[in-house]
Amino acid sequence: MSDLLKYDLLGASEAIKSKEISSVELTNAYIEAIEKTSSLGAYLEIVKDKALEMAKVSDENISKGVSRPLEGLPIGIKDMFCTKDIKTTASSKILDNFYPTYESTVTQNLWNDGAVMLGKLSCDEFAMGSSNETAAKGNVINPWLKHKKMSPGGSSGGSAAAVAARSALAATGTDTGGSIRQPAAFCGITGLKPTYGRCSRWGIVAFSSSLDQAGPLTRTVSDAALMLNSMASYDKKDSTSANLNMPDLMSYLGNSIKGKKIGIPKEYTQDGISDDIVNFYQKSINWLKEAGAEIIPVSLPHTKYALPVYYIIAPAEASSNLARYDGVRFGQRKEASSLDEMYEATRGEGFGDEVKRRIMIGTYVLSSGYYDAYYLKAQKVRRLIKEDFENVFKKVDYILTPSTPTTSFELGKKQDPLTMYLNDIFTVPASLAGLPGISLPIGLDKLGLPIGIQLIANSFDEPGLISTAHVLEKSADFNFIADGAAK
Amino acid sequence: MSNKKSIVDIPTVNKIARLSRLDIPEKNKQSLTNDLNNILGFVANLEEVDTSNVEPLASVTGHKLPLRSDIVTDGNMEDLVLKNAPESSSGFFVVPKVIE
Amino acid sequence: MSETSKLKPGHIQGETGVWEMVIGLEIHAQVSSKSKLFSGASATFGAQANSNVSLVDAAMPGMLPVINEYCVEQAVKTGLALNAQINNISVFDRKNYFYADLPQGYQISQFTKPIVGEGEINIDVDDNNQTTIGIERLHLEQDAGKSLHDQHPSKSYIDLNRTGVALMEIVSKPDIRSPQEAGAYVKKIRSILRYVGSCDGNMEEGSLRADCNVSVRKAGEEFGTRCEIKNLNSIRFINQAIQAEAERQVEILESGGEINQETRLFDTSTGETRSMRSKEDAHDYRYFPDPDLLPLEFTDSFVQDIKDKLPELPDFVKKRLVNEYGITPYDASILVEEKDYVNFFEKAATGGDGKLTANWMISELFGALKKENLLLSNSPISPETLGELIGLISKGIISGKIAKDVFSEMMISSKKPSDIVKEKGLEQVSDDKEILKLVDKVIADNQDKVKDYLSGKDKLFGFFVGQVMKISQGKANPGLVNKMLKENLK
Ligand SMILES: [Mg+2]
Ligand SMILES: [Zn+2]
Repeated sequence: MSDLLKYDLLGASEAIKSKEISSVELTNAYIEAIEKTSSLGAYLEIVKDKALEMAKVSDENISKGVSRPLEGLPIGIKDMFCTKDIKTTASSKILDNFYPTYESTVTQNLWNDGAVMLGKLSCDEFAMGSSNETAAKGNVINPWLKHKKMSPGGSSGGSAAAVAARSALAATGTDTGGSIRQPAAFCGITGLKPTYGRCSRWGIVAFSSSLDQAGPLTRTVSDAALMLNSMASYDKKDSTSANLNMPDLMSYLGNSIKGKKIGIPKEYTQDGISDDIVNFYQKSINWLKEAGAEIIPVSLPHTKYALPVYYIIAPAEASSNLARYDGVRFGQRKEASSLDEMYEATRGEGFGDEVKRRIMIGTYVLSSGYYDAYYLKAQKVRRLIKEDFENVFKKVDYILTPSTPTTSFELGKKQDPLTMYLNDIFTVPASLAGLPGISLPIGLDKLGLPIGIQLIANSFDEPGLISTAHVLEKSADFNFIADGAAK
Repeated sequence: MSNKKSIVDIPTVNKIARLSRLDIPEKNKQSLTNDLNNILGFVANLEEVDTSNVEPLASVTGHKLPLRSDIVTDGNMEDLVLKNAPESSSGFFVVPKVIE
Repeated sequence: MSETSKLKPGHIQGETGVWEMVIGLEIHAQVSSKSKLFSGASATFGAQANSNVSLVDAAMPGMLPVINEYCVEQAVKTGLALNAQINNISVFDRKNYFYADLPQGYQISQFTKPIVGEGEINIDVDDNNQTTIGIERLHLEQDAGKSLHDQHPSKSYIDLNRTGVALMEIVSKPDIRSPQEAGAYVKKIRSILRYVGSCDGNMEEGSLRADCNVSVRKAGEEFGTRCEIKNLNSIRFINQAIQAEAERQVEILESGGEINQETRLFDTSTGETRSMRSKEDAHDYRYFPDPDLLPLEFTDSFVQDIKDKLPELPDFVKKRLVNEYGITPYDASILVEEKDYVNFFEKAATGGDGKLTANWMISELFGALKKENLLLSNSPISPETLGELIGLISKGIISGKIAKDVFSEMMISSKKPSDIVKEKGLEQVSDDKEILKLVDKVIADNQDKVKDYLSGKDKLFGFFVGQVMKISQGKANPGLVNKMLKENLK
């Protein structure tokens, strides 16, 4: 049975198509792996019966000679995606007992393409966090360094942990300021945040609407390409969805990057980055050079303002997006004698501390007298940040940066909000500019924790991002498996 | 965004919590006040950026707002709309009485 | 004459002098669309609770707005009809507040960049008062749902059918100076909306509601602090509410008090306004651009296409009626309030006396219909029969007084006026000899009065006219009666 877990998404797809293995076998192996790794806390909801039902359909399809792009491949879904008749909570107490009557566009795309649903994956509450410690149902544990309880990163911590622990062949994530790329880096897997507008936001619990973007968390770059092919689509139900066809990303694997220009932003090499990360960053630069790319120093002068901008805009949007959790139409209600008391009690009890903190900040920066100084100012600086990237992309094709300033840290070590926010320092700028970015594992630090490297491409250049990341992946040849992974 | 503005005190926290409809336990108010001040202090460095000729950026998408046709394509699903309601009665959502 | 009766409408006599009202109106007009502004659910009125609700309207997690093109066109069309600036780029903002019938916790509206900017319209208050009222803006926004407070002793019931229905909010400048002007303004807006077809203007069903901002000041002074009276759904209530609110403010100011800027409700049972929300609960709506939507952009040719299809507007028709039929501008302004008034009038006035037709339509027909609670479309009197009646009057076949009786009969039986006149023998007597007989009889029967008249009591002339008319049962031609009495009272 354990042999089945060795396949990555692409490998499993080929094995199923060639009838080497069946989807039911594979799905059963993953259900068993979920049980074996349950102490990691990655899953909030497991849908065993549904998974096997879907796997059976896939096997029937294969026997009939029909095979959809993700036929029979068992995956996990971040709990931010609304899934029809399957409990969806955004890891929040306030949504406990919420059973959507609808399916998000992204997950529907995956099911339409034959993927098999294993269950719902934990995340930071309403995707607000970088350690998966804000989930109502408890922490998720990084499968790396079994002897210690390390953070899987966040907010897509459950997704990253499940893929690294081999309790999902792949998973969906959402990324607002780094929530796919940072946990991917912490868990030694690949995480891709597409260009804003590539994946429909319809049916995804909204955190910060101008930033939220769905993407895949996978074992390899090829897997990311395969999965994003299915996730991305133009959706008339999302006014911010881009009406552009995604080229078949699989056809960009193996492309040479000879002559491509890679920008190295000087603002991304600063104090506070661990030495191991600095070393592997340098190694990555060398690998790209060896592959024929030209390395060009660039400057993104407004980088240091990205986090402040993010911590104004994202909470502002969140304070408004989360107003609908009021105990009237869905979710938990705390009874009270007046409507306002009911609202205050419901939201006071239903939201965790970090969510409340962000709602408070968001309300504050939008409130009368402060709007111009905070929110409007942040929107202006956001433009400058976007323009920085536009200028750089006139000179280079891709930008290479570390994914995170440090590798994973221990869970439960009380970190104040600000220190936590610094985790996203390298991922937030591309989010603010709406650019696609990928984090892939390139090595281990002294402690044996994975190190991620980030590539950022120009808007809608996911094809080029895949080609370049694939080259880097080959050079890094990262083939470590987390010690806490299912075997 | 002078430092003066960024000083949040407990009355401010009460006001913001009220606007946000959040019940904050008394014992958490001081630490929340500190957190807010730290975060507002952290974002205060935006002040040093010259944005005098910069238009605010609300959306990074390059396209125009798409328009849909005026056709009835949705609705008639009271059951689904009410399915998750904590309290409903004869087709209505029910809340504690509102006095205007 | 007492002092108060000299006061102009919109003026209030206080202890310290005369106060003037300053009024601005915010009209919410429901767009005549089939589906909602940002969802595909039906915008129809009166459906079963929560049946015209989509998951978007119910603000389920992850639901997103997509704008209705028709609503955008109607806003542009209405803006053009208000002679207003059309903004080719406008922005949708979220107005954040908590309320049970506001599922998103915010209303999608337009704040800093509305789709339509400044414009102006002309209104007619009465025959002598025509004035221009500035339009500040028109923007698109979502309606809220409905809360029912009388279904349960301790609960409110929420119906989201109206949630998300498209509204145009039309904001006037504070140019209105009396309740009468406010009424005329609302009527004018309503007729413009109906002419262009962007809103049915039905105030009873709530398709048209007004919020009135009222303040008072002494002539020539700065504007005072205003109060907003919410959700008035008839012109009568608008009139009453403004008057009551202005009087309340004068009383407070004259007794040395201050006006609190606040939202008030008009209590139709007491005829007074009362405070709606306490001051400490003052709202901070935290407007910001809705990140689920992009700026709304359209080209000049999009606007031009709408302009090209714009129908005849009330002001244009009014000018035509004045020129073609010689009626007063005020009468014309009443007739153009509704397209079917104009159609009725033009049919009734064919070949007849336009001025007389307008008088009869406005004072007699509209009065009678109102008494019977009927709409013009259900009038027992058709344009053709009214036209015939006007013909009988202007040809001198019946007197104006007889015509009123004939009119009353027409209201009941819908008969042709000529048939009624024939049946009842009501033709006017214009025969000299017949009238002379009557004049002689009245003079003979009232010798004492004749004496008084001849000794200088000129006023008695009216008495003789009245007597002649009386014994002729109203059928004598009044002109001839006058002439012959003058000749014979010697
Ligand atoms: Mg208003
Ligand atoms: Zn409004």
